[in-house]
Amino acid sequence: MSAAGPSQGARPPGGERRAAPIGGDHTSAPVLEVRGASKHFARRPVLAERVLMAIGRAKPPPVVRAVEAVDLAIRRGEVLGLVGESGCGKSTLARLVAGIHPPTAGEVLFEGRAVNSLEGRERLDYLLAVQMIFQDPFASLDPRMRVHRIVGEALAVHRLVPANELNAAIDRALADVGLDATYRDRFPHQFSGGQRSRIGIARALAVKPRVLVCDEPVAALDVSIQSQVINLFMDLRERHALTYLFVSHNLGLVRLICDRVAIMYLGRIVESGPVAEIFERPAHPYTKALLEAIPRISGRKRVFEPVPGELPSPLAPPSGCAFHPRCPSATAECRQTRPELRAIAPARIAACHLLTKG
Amino acid sequence: MSAPLLEVRGLRTVFHLADAAWAAVDGVDLEIDRGEVLGLVGESGSGKTVTGFSIVGLIDPPGEVIAGEVRFDGEDLRRAPEARLRELRGDRIAMIFQDPLTTLNPVLTVGEQMAEAVLEHRRADKVAAWALAAETLARVGIASAEARLRQFPHELSGGMRQRVAIATALLNKPDLIIADEPTTALDVTIQGQILFEMQKLVRETRAALIWITHDLAVVAELADRIAVMYAGRIVEAGTVAEVLDHPRHPYTRGLLDSVPDVGVRGRRLAQIDGVAPRLDSRPAGCAFAPRCPRATGSCRELDPPEKAEEGRRTRCHYPLLPGEAR
Repeated sequence: MSAAGPSQGARPPGGERRAAPIGGDHTSAPVLEVRGASKHFARRPVLAERVLMAIGRAKPPPVVRAVEAVDLAIRRGEVLGLVGESGCGKSTLARLVAGIHPPTAGEVLFEGRAVNSLEGRERLDYLLAVQMIFQDPFASLDPRMRVHRIVGEALAVHRLVPANELNAAIDRALADVGLDATYRDRFPHQFSGGQRSRIGIARALAVKPRVLVCDEPVAALDVSIQSQVINLFMDLRERHALTYLFVSHNLGLVRLICDRVAIMYLGRIVESGPVAEIFERPAHPYTKALLEAIPRISGRKRVFEPVPGELPSPLAPPSGCAFHPRCPSATAECRQTRPELRAIAPARIAACHLLTKG
Repeated sequence: MSAPLLEVRGLRTVFHLADAAWAAVDGVDLEIDRGEVLGLVGESGSGKTVTGFSIVGLIDPPGEVIAGEVRFDGEDLRRAPEARLRELRGDRIAMIFQDPLTTLNPVLTVGEQMAEAVLEHRRADKVAAWALAAETLARVGIASAEARLRQFPHELSGGMRQRVAIATALLNKPDLIIADEPTTALDVTIQGQILFEMQKLVRETRAALIWITHDLAVVAELADRIAVMYAGRIVEAGTVAEVLDHPRHPYTRGLLDSVPDVGVRGRRLAQIDGVAPRLDSRPAGCAFAPRCPRATGSCRELDPPEKAEEGRRTRCHYPLLPGEAR
């Protein structure tokens, strides 16, 4: 992984700053903001390749453009959904927001300040305030740690509570997610999938975060367990006034719990706006295709024409609009010029040539 | 009116572990006819996959099918010798699994393994087998099929691999297809394409399709009939419209309520509390009773008998009446 730290205020390659990041409602300031952020991954060339490159006989290894010039703002108290298919860059974007990956270009702002300029106490404050919940409740818990250590580790390491209050804080975090305090001495393997999810959430809540970045937090759970965990997320939101970035491919879930939603395709946001409006009147052809493809319980032997093709490789994105090879209404312009995100209605933006034609 | 294509009666599959036998499938009855799609729905551990494997005789020790009847086109598969099952599998009965990477042979090209599946079951020359493979790939929506035949599985995307697995299953024009979560690992747009192809295939070939899944919405769109499994048993079965519009079993009701449907925007999901019992700790009486809001003392003591009327089956002491909330 190679990542050059961006100089402050650097302009992202190929994407000029847009005045209003997303939406038109500026009444509440964004708690987190992503400006022109890109994340590229490249394999380090092996020795033989470096030699060949030096004498001009080989090209550098290909670069995966996982996230490309993305602007995103998460307002205090809202639940922002981030939707897309596997490989679209939604998890990478979530990790940029949570500070797990530094962006290759562009910047992440926390409460108005560039994250990469934060140091010491302020940087720690950001890292603790923005907590991540991971998809796999098995892989994201250390199997050799007991629950109290998993939940209490950050509290102890950063000395967030006095040593004699640590146990009480751990018990509070466990109670918060509906786990019995008597579980504190158990190991992760002694729990069901739903309980493990709760342990992961308790670990995040223990440090009193303001923002939870949830990457497919219930995708690995059974339906009846999913609803328990989703209800927990909703309760916690009210109890702790949390802000969420909710990454999911489950559009039913996004509709249920999110206030706004951003749809990603091949590293870029193609549409965003209030959830209810986007689900009722999707503007971008990809959003339409995505919504159309979701099976519905109310659908009976529904026959629909599915969108053809697959997500192209981020190693070799198509020219122009990345969606044009799959788009039913693509024109010559779509094949040549990449559409910029533009306001299409109050609080709504989309990147599609067809929409600006009127 | 002849007997259905596949008829399963009282199927019981146990796993022998530490001196005890735990029933993963505990008395399952199923039937399906040509041109029909049956959705077999359940959460992890409900026994839906083991049911599918038991039907085609793919249960290995420590698992064992200990009771029941599996009648396929008049033939009793439970008593059929292994050689006969081998003959049927991949020919008249096809299976599609969740993970195509484990189904496909990584060291053979797509064409080689598809041709092998043809030549194993019928007399044909290699050229004809490759031609059939190309034709079948095209039928599941793969463009430039000829070129794909010369590629290895690792060169294909996940959606493409699953299409290859589906095409391989379809090569010999099976009468019965058992598909175990075939689209669970795929993205929705790819899932949409595959559901579309499967609907078309069932319509055209009149194959019987058993679609094993945890996803009620997929079943709603694809299936004619649905069977809901819980803890090794079918707790409710009937036509999709009957079961999904008027569920009688509290578990079905709970499942339906806990799915966030795209058309709904609420604040809280109805939830089923607790977790499904493990194989080795199923409660006495109704297995769902500890999680059931309607359960009474008798539910915890007496196993509910199956009540059947006109193809609608329910296994509950206190089934929901039409229009009744849970």
